[in-house]
Amino acid sequence: MIEIEGLDVVFGRGKQAFHAVRDVSLSVTAGQSFGLVGESGSGKTTVLRALAGLLDKVATVSGNMAVAGETLQQQRSKSFRRRVQMVFQDPYGSLHPRHTVDTILSEPARVHGLDRIAERVVDALEEVGLNASFRFRYPHQISGGQRQRVSVARALITDPDIVLLDEPTSALDVSVQAEVLNLLMRLKREHGLTYVLVSHNLAVVAHMCETLAVMQNGAVVETMSVQQLREHDSAMPYTKQLLTASRGYDRGAIDAFEEFAQ
Amino acid sequence: MTAEPLLRVEDLCVDYHTPTGLVQAVRGVSFELGKEKLGIVGESGSGKSQTGRAILGLTAPGGEVRASRLEFKGTDLLHADARTLRRIRGGGISMIMQDPKYSLNPVMTVGKQIEEAFLVHSNDSKREAYARTLEMLRAVQIREPERVYRAYPHEVSGGMGQRIMIAMMMIPEPAIIIADEPTSALDVTVQLQVLAVLDDMISERGMGLIFISHDLNLIASFCDRILIMYGGQVMEECRATELAQAQHPYTRGLLDCLPQLDGGKRELAVLQRDPAWLESTGKPA
Repeated sequence: MIEIEGLDVVFGRGKQAFHAVRDVSLSVTAGQSFGLVGESGSGKTTVLRALAGLLDKVATVSGNMAVAGETLQQQRSKSFRRRVQMVFQDPYGSLHPRHTVDTILSEPARVHGLDRIAERVVDALEEVGLNASFRFRYPHQISGGQRQRVSVARALITDPDIVLLDEPTSALDVSVQAEVLNLLMRLKREHGLTYVLVSHNLAVVAHMCETLAVMQNGAVVETMSVQQLREHDSAMPYTKQLLTASRGYDRGAIDAFEEFAQ
Repeated sequence: MTAEPLLRVEDLCVDYHTPTGLVQAVRGVSFELGKEKLGIVGESGSGKSQTGRAILGLTAPGGEVRASRLEFKGTDLLHADARTLRRIRGGGISMIMQDPKYSLNPVMTVGKQIEEAFLVHSNDSKREAYARTLEMLRAVQIREPERVYRAYPHEVSGGMGQRIMIAMMMIPEPAIIIADEPTSALDVTVQLQVLAVLDDMISERGMGLIFISHDLNLIASFCDRILIMYGGQVMEECRATELAQAQHPYTRGLLDCLPQLDGGKRELAVLQRDPAWLESTGKPA
């Protein structure tokens, strides 16, 4: 479904140039959830943004990307924009504060020339477990978890095949996180969606995905199945260290931590 | 735990009178702190940060703090005069905040800020303050203390910023540190390294730590004892090692809704909140 080959992203130029993504290749089959994990600055979000076509004005993007057999041009096609949607990390920052939920949800439908917009808005709200009473509220009138549900509804309204999830639950409390993760799992089943999930939380990735890539300093250091992750079957010291760290505080293990950043 | 606790909190309440009505942020919290690591865990709005702030008298204007007892080494913190409080803040109890980006002074070098914390609580010379600052930077495992001394906060990484915060809070040698989500802004490996620094200093110096966090796993593996808060009340108290056997339905609910690395793709349990939890005076029978 998604093929990325030799992706490089460079911000700035000359002396100021910052090589954020280095020669990243990955492939995601249809209906799969693919996880991208790594620490901050490892380039995982940048890969997602490059795929979505959000970086062409601010960075130099090179390499080949294809979605469903269609090679992506710098100017993405309108059908790509409809078929690939994104959910961002911060539900407080990604919804327009002065637009009602109705405006937020109907805008992408209108942009793509869809019919029966009002019906679609109500359907999308119901899909994410919100009733029609949320339609004319503003983002500040609903909770963080409800906002993230609205973000998911906005992604669904154009009937996409692929949803790019950038840390969709890291700003939420654990009880709300569980609700949103369950919602995402159900929607994937019902709509046959393909997910690319960026997260720093290995447990969330293990719960949601089948395959994952571990990133460090802009490069993919390892691609593995979640089964391998669970069995701690990794050859890379960086992945092993992430696994150790995700188990919680262990004074003894910390002295063995290595510095991987360059 | 020692016989004489460092801190005694009994029936602590924090109320805010807002235009939309009374908000009871903390409702009757009681605990004692000895030379140990006490974790306070809860979701947003549970009152965990408000509890920490009320101890230091940092409740925002408009907030009303009441308690039948709030004592630090026998000193009543609620009725202490400003001079006594100034001595205790930093010198007796100090606080590490969440994000070093916002809690360090951006226009002052790191070294000067740490020295300032030291000089406020002692009559030593500037030369002594300089020597103590470098020593402290070394103690929090900063490799080039002279360089970092001259650096501004924006020139250091998040992990280093938080080590600097720890150095600054430790230099007046307080008896208690309140750490409010001290590592939530950091990557997981850096987070653990910073905690190791904090852990070592606390056990070497025999201090008490109140560690406030939303991260159950982290608190269970880092602290000795845990208070689980919800709706301004303590739902349950347990030894950190016994968290997995916790009894209260809220604690169980929180534990069950966490995705596990080696769990299956099952549906995650969703927390069902029971209004009855908030009707009791605090701890369930």
